[in-house]
Amino acid sequence: MASALINVPATAKRGDIIEIKTLMSHIMETGYRRTATGEVVPRDIITSFSCRYNGVEVFRADLFPAIAANPFITFFTVATESGKFEFEWIGDKGFSETASASITVE
Amino acid sequence: MRSVRTIIAAILLIATASPLPASEIPQGERRSGFSFMTPETRAMQEDDTSNPGMLWVLDGETLWKSKAGAAGKACADCHDDARASMKGVAARYPAFDKALGRPVNLEQRINLCRTTHQHATPLAYESGELLALTAFVAEQSRGVAIETGSDPQLKPFIDKGRELFMLRQGQLNLACANCHDDNWDKRLAGSAITQGHPTGYPIYRLEWQTLGSLQRRLRGCIAGIRAEAYDYGAPELVELELYLMSRAKGMPMEAPAVRP
Repeated sequence: MASALINVPATAKRGDIIEIKTLMSHIMETGYRRTATGEVVPRDIITSFSCRYNGVEVFRADLFPAIAANPFITFFTVATESGKFEFEWIGDKGFSETASASITVE
Repeated sequence: MRSVRTIIAAILLIATASPLPASEIPQGERRSGFSFMTPETRAMQEDDTSNPGMLWVLDGETLWKSKAGAAGKACADCHDDARASMKGVAARYPAFDKALGRPVNLEQRINLCRTTHQHATPLAYESGELLALTAFVAEQSRGVAIETGSDPQLKPFIDKGRELFMLRQGQLNLACANCHDDNWDKRLAGSAITQGHPTGYPIYRLEWQTLGSLQRRLRGCIAGIRAEAYDYGAPELVELELYLMSRAKGMPMEAPAVRP
């Protein structure tokens, strides 16, 4: 049930500062909680997020157990050319998700 | 102004010796929980790409189209496009079920559909799938005015729900009304008390870090007054849901809402 919500402006003027918003579905289990019987619930978090703009990395973040479930990551970049944003989330238990969005720069 | 009105209302009540408590919220003063939230949380709800509830709506859309159970039917095989067929549906739930002779909420309606038409096993309360389907159906009613309780057959059940709302219970000996009718303009441990209008369920509650149903919220509140919570799906909880929805009649639906 992993899915992402991405908000990238469909069009922008060259040189514009644009805001990119991403929301990824993930439980972000801290690894510090215990069950009713006292066993530790194993850590299950997203550890890394990155965004590439036409192949060039423009943003990267490391995530830690204190980050809430369904991490919402938003950042700014400069619209330089038409093309594609590629997003990647990597985490515990082999978690790996990708998403992409296109932009037209005039 | 409000206190003046309350005093006038109180005097009128004493004069007419009405059995109604002075505290019920006048129609014009009803407010969605949305209006009690910080600008940041409001912004989170208003943008569909930052509202985490939309993740469940997306999942629900997939489930709506996928076949389930021995009948091999998907929701869409009977109901077609939910955008048309489900518009306004959540705004009139809980609704009276003729076969059962009592009201059922949206989750129960989905499960009844699953067992009778899809010949599938009912989904567990608060499971990802049931929340996703409920969120997807409820989202179709966004902006639609709540009309729960228009059916005259529901009258006795609304009355029972209202009784429960007014009933003091638990170790703290509190009724729902003590907070949500009498003190909604105040704060409890830093949090706004709110009027308890269920306009946006299922909600993404930041405290839960997940989507949850109105029954989950009610059970949390009941545990908070240190009373024993009713089980999920209990008729008492459905009646309470019914009363709350009929109390919010006319207010616009905002599911999936975000709440702190």
